[in-house]
Amino acid sequence: MSRETPAAALLPSEVPVRFLAEDGTRVDQHGGYSDPPSERLVEAYRLMVLGRRFDAQATALTKQGRLAVYPSSAGQEACQVASALALTDADWLFPTYRDSVALVARGLEPGEILTLLRGDAHCGYDPAKTRVAPQCTPLATQTLHAAGLAHAMRRRGEDSVAFALIGDGATSEGDFHEALNFAAVFKAPVVFFVQNNGFAISVPFEKQSAAPALAYKGVGYGVRSEQVDGNDAVAVLSVLDDAVAHARSGLGPVLVEAHTYRIDAHTNADDATRYRDQAEVENWRAADPVRRLETYLTTENLLSTNDIERFQAEAEKFAAGVRDTLNADVEPDPMSLFEHVYAVPTRQLAAQRALVAAELEA
Amino acid sequence: MTEISMAQALNAALRDAVKDDDRVLIFGEDVGPLGGVFRVTDGITADFGEERCFDTPLAESGIVGFAVGMAMGGFRPVIEMQFDAFAYPAFEQITSHVAKLRNRTRGALSLPMVIRIPYAGGIGGVEHHCDSSEAYYTHTPGLRVVTPGTPQDAYDLLRDAIDSPDPVIFLEPKCRYWSKEPVSFTRDGAAMDRAVVRREGKDVTLIAYGPMVATALETAEAATAEGWDVEVVDLRSLNPFDDETVTASVRRTGRAVVVHEAARFGGYGAEVVARVTEQCFHQLHAPVLRVTGLDIPYPPPKLERHQLPDVDRILDTVARLQWNDEPVVAGA
Repeated sequence: MSRETPAAALLPSEVPVRFLAEDGTRVDQHGGYSDPPSERLVEAYRLMVLGRRFDAQATALTKQGRLAVYPSSAGQEACQVASALALTDADWLFPTYRDSVALVARGLEPGEILTLLRGDAHCGYDPAKTRVAPQCTPLATQTLHAAGLAHAMRRRGEDSVAFALIGDGATSEGDFHEALNFAAVFKAPVVFFVQNNGFAISVPFEKQSAAPALAYKGVGYGVRSEQVDGNDAVAVLSVLDDAVAHARSGLGPVLVEAHTYRIDAHTNADDATRYRDQAEVENWRAADPVRRLETYLTTENLLSTNDIERFQAEAEKFAAGVRDTLNADVEPDPMSLFEHVYAVPTRQLAAQRALVAAELEA
Repeated sequence: MTEISMAQALNAALRDAVKDDDRVLIFGEDVGPLGGVFRVTDGITADFGEERCFDTPLAESGIVGFAVGMAMGGFRPVIEMQFDAFAYPAFEQITSHVAKLRNRTRGALSLPMVIRIPYAGGIGGVEHHCDSSEAYYTHTPGLRVVTPGTPQDAYDLLRDAIDSPDPVIFLEPKCRYWSKEPVSFTRDGAAMDRAVVRREGKDVTLIAYGPMVATALETAEAATAEGWDVEVVDLRSLNPFDDETVTASVRRTGRAVVVHEAARFGGYGAEVVARVTEQCFHQLHAPVLRVTGLDIPYPPPKLERHQLPDVDRILDTVARLQWNDEPVVAGA
């Protein structure tokens, strides 16, 4: 990864970093990135199996009316899991609504992750305790929060990193560009991770950006940038480990673009057949990240049939737990509407609280 | 007590807050060595260092979003938007995140921060420099919105706003930056959330805030020549609204006029009129009227005198409240 000039030092690899071909065999497109330790790869595989099962379960629960909506990340497991594995508990993760599997991989409770999508509360987990910001629905707004928090942590003498997840559509938003610029100017320890999954709801990448790759967008801001095969877990993990280490060491922010694909629709409420060809989806299924890593690890004798069965059984049990949690009826307390609007409640709110309390009693 | 301008009072409040609390940081465009385009942050970088008061890239959404992260990280940012209309690119950050983070996280995260917005006209500014944007912010639950009308309140309110655990939109009336009065730097902590009676009177209550407080007081003086005894209430806090002070005043006088610079339709004055009417209906001798800016985009400087409520326009409206208790027909 030696670069000749400072500008060139920021440029991403000409082709996405890749360790594994689609069939799971080794390829040499990793541009000097090193192999993650094998235990880390096995752990990534375990979490990818778990994450895929979680995702399928959540999608099924929308059909049963248990979730208001669910944006699937099936096919993006390598990106999701590597995002969590690249971080320590002291680092902050800034996920979007599509990144529930990353939160599963970080160890959050599924019931707490799905509180938002179930419609009980805007955020089901404690962000202060978990160091996971609320899953962000507006696009790219949280990249600025990540930059600010990263700068705050550095000023406080912590060596923690902020890690912001976004999709390809969010790179068109102004906040993405302002965040890259702010982070670069302040040398904030933040990693911007773009999962380019091909679509912003229905709009394909070629109508989203004319850039040769979104990774190039970092260069103009002075942000070190990289692109990676998002369906190659070995590559994603290696590149993100490197990006996090770069940010943590005080060298400034990093932008990583993963080239991946959204196998399912934008959410369960969307009809993807209206804007894309099924043949394209099938092509991407052939690049499946879970099977690719499984083939590689099996070939390398790092994973046995017994391990695979064990992980699948664990995932089934996990899914059953998700079902049980979600099938239990929860009635949020209406009086919670008035909590946490202000630290010091206003008189107006007190009056409206009394109104709702009276309505409930009537 | 020394006589100082509102801009100097704000500067003193910022300095004292930076001195008293290590978590307080000032940042934004031009707030560093330049001291802000209105010199409100004058000398703070020189005296406290760039760690405490620093310039950022020119991007308002960036400034606010960055401040959200800094506040999540334990700091108390006091940021400047430079001019009212410049804050609009940051509107999403303010309404979707600053206002809501505490609620979204059920109290796990809070955003004690102050967004300073020099607002309103009367300074001969060109377009996009003179908007009165208070209604956008007062309509957003989760924000506290305050605006000082005097140098003393500028000091007290800004100190209180910086200490507030809730995010505060701090609207600074540009045309009053240079008005002076003796200012005491001992705070009683009572400015926040409370309106104040600036001048007592028996016949009518003028309800004003920010840039219109001085105009309302001038009107009250002029009204004595007409034999009217005018009370002036300065709201100071636009959200939350101090019903108690306002209602007590209108119940005493039986008549009220709300004065603001912002456009009338859907404006903040409508909320004030509704609240006063609901709570003082039986004491009112006339409908509560409004004197406001026109429902036009803020005009170019050579025409702004037609936009801004002045003493004559307020007096004419007061006259329409008819002192002999005859039925009143509300006009435009």
